[in-house]
Amino acid sequence: MDDPIETNIARRNVLKTGALAATATAVPLSAMAQAPNAGTATATTPAVPASAPVTSKVKLRVNGKQHELTVDTRTSLLDVLRENLHLTGTKKGCDQGQCGACTVILDGRRINSCLSLAIMHDGSEVTTIEGLGQPGKLHPMQAAFVKHDGYQCGYCTPGQICSAVSVLDEIRKGVPSHVTADLNQKPLLSIDEIRERMSGNICRCGAYSNIVDAITEVAGGKA
Amino acid sequence: MRAFTYQRVSTPAEAAAAAARTPGSRFIAGGTNLLDLMKLEIETPTHLIDVNHLGLDKIEPTKEGGLRIGAQVLNVDLASDARIRRDYAVLSRALLAGASAQLRNKATTAGNLLQRTRCPYFYDTAQPCNKRVPGSGCSAIGGYNRNHAIVGHSEACIATHPSDMAVAMQLLDAGVETVKPDGSTRTIPIADFYRLPGNTPHIENNLMAGELITAVTLPRPLGGRHFYRKVRDRASYAFALVSVAAVVQPDGSGRVALGGVAHKPWRVPGADASMAGGANAVVERLLAGAKPTADNAFKVTLVQRTLESVLAEAKKG
Repeated sequence: MDDPIETNIARRNVLKTGALAATATAVPLSAMAQAPNAGTATATTPAVPASAPVTSKVKLRVNGKQHELTVDTRTSLLDVLRENLHLTGTKKGCDQGQCGACTVILDGRRINSCLSLAIMHDGSEVTTIEGLGQPGKLHPMQAAFVKHDGYQCGYCTPGQICSAVSVLDEIRKGVPSHVTADLNQKPLLSIDEIRERMSGNICRCGAYSNIVDAITEVAGGKA
Repeated sequence: MRAFTYQRVSTPAEAAAAAARTPGSRFIAGGTNLLDLMKLEIETPTHLIDVNHLGLDKIEPTKEGGLRIGAQVLNVDLASDARIRRDYAVLSRALLAGASAQLRNKATTAGNLLQRTRCPYFYDTAQPCNKRVPGSGCSAIGGYNRNHAIVGHSEACIATHPSDMAVAMQLLDAGVETVKPDGSTRTIPIADFYRLPGNTPHIENNLMAGELITAVTLPRPLGGRHFYRKVRDRASYAFALVSVAAVVQPDGSGRVALGGVAHKPWRVPGADASMAGGANAVVERLLAGAKPTADNAFKVTLVQRTLESVLAEAKKG
C-alpha cells in the first residue's frame, strides 16, 4: 500500500487543481449570483509591495479542542482551519462567499469561513465537518448523505452537511425564510423550505435532489 | 490582501475617534463585503477597527412607538424578530430575499447599508471605473450593463445599490443614527443618507470621515399589507433585477420604493399619491426621466408589471 502521507498530499494537490477549475467554470454564472463578490473577479491587481505582515494572537475552540495561535491579521478562519490546524475537511471553493464549500458552524450558526478573519473570532467555538462525526461514528446527516448519494465529486459535501445540520436547527428555532408563507407562524419543514435554505451551497455536480432527500430523512421524513 | 493592523474598541465614540485619528482605517463588522473587496485589493485599509463589541446588537422600542435597531444586529436576527415580522413585514421580507443564510448570519444592519455595488467593472481592477478610481472612466456605459441603473444615474456611473434591506428601510422612512469623531450624535433620514452618483460616484453616502452608524430607527408601524417582490435571474441567492417594496392600505393608498434601478433605494415624493390610480400612474412618477440603456430597457416594463402584480395581490385581500 502507498505511504499514507504521500497519498494524502497527492490528493490535496488534485483537489486544489479541481477547485481552480471549478472557479473558472463558475465565472459566467457569477454575474447574477448574490454574493459578496458577484462580479467578474478573475482579474486581480498586480502584486504591489505590501507593508510588513502584522500578527495577532487568537484563541479558538474547534470541535471541542482549545487552540491558541499566532496568525497574520489577514488570515481567514478557513485558512486557519485548513493550514494551521490541518482540518482539511472544510473546503476552499470560490474564497469569496459564493459557493458555500467553506461553511462551518461558528458559535451555533453557519457562516462562510472564507469571509471571516480568524482574529475577529477570539474565544469563539467552531464546529467543522470533522467535529460533526468521524468514520465509524457518523453524524446522522453524514450517514444520510452517504445513504442517499448526496454528492458526486464530494468537494462541496462538508459545506453542504454543515449547512444542512444548521437548516434543521434554524427551522426548529423558527427562523423564517424567503419561502415561508406566513411570517407570524413558525416555518414548516417542506421541500421548498429546504431548497431555499440550502441555496448558499452550490453543487456543480448537481446532486441537489439527493441532498434534499438526505435532509428530509434526517428531519423525520415529513417534507 | 494588503497587511493591516487591527484594533477592538468598546464604545461607539471610541470607534469614531480612532477612525478619525488613523488615516487609512476602516470599520469592520460582519466583514462579508469588506473582506471580499480587500482580497481583490479594491479596498486597501491599513488599519481595521472591529466594531462588533459595542453593545449595539439589540432591537428596542422607541418613545415614539417605533423600534431602534442596533447597528450590529445581524441580518438574520432582524428578519426573525417577532416585532419586525408582525409590524414591519416588508423589512423582514426584504432581508430574507437577500444573500444566503450563511451571509445573513454574519452581515450586520449597518454593514448592509454600507455595502458597495456589485457592478462587474467595479470588481474588475483591470477596467476603468469612476467609483473605484475617480476620473478613470465608466466601463459599464457601453459595456455589459443589463443589470445597471435606469434612473438617477450620470455620465460617470450607472451602478446600482445592491441592498434589499435598504429599500424596505427607505419605504419605512427609517433614520440612521450616528456618532461623529467629536462624540456628537445625529440622525440622518434615510432619504438623505445615500447620494446619487453625479460626478463623484466614489462618495456613496453623506457620512463624514470617521462617522459611525450606531442604529437605524423605524417610525411607528404603518399597518396595511406589506410586500417585497424581488425579480431576479434565479429563484434564490441572486441580486435583484428589480424589486418592489410596498405597503398597501385597505383603501388602496400606500407607498412604494424600488430596488435594482438606481444608485440608491429609489423612492419619489409624490409617486405614492398615485397609488390608488394603479401601477401605470405610479410608475410614470417613479421612473420619470428614466434613461435605460439598450440592454436594460426591459427593467422599465419589469417594474411596471411587478408593481401591477403587487397591487393585484393587495386587492385580493
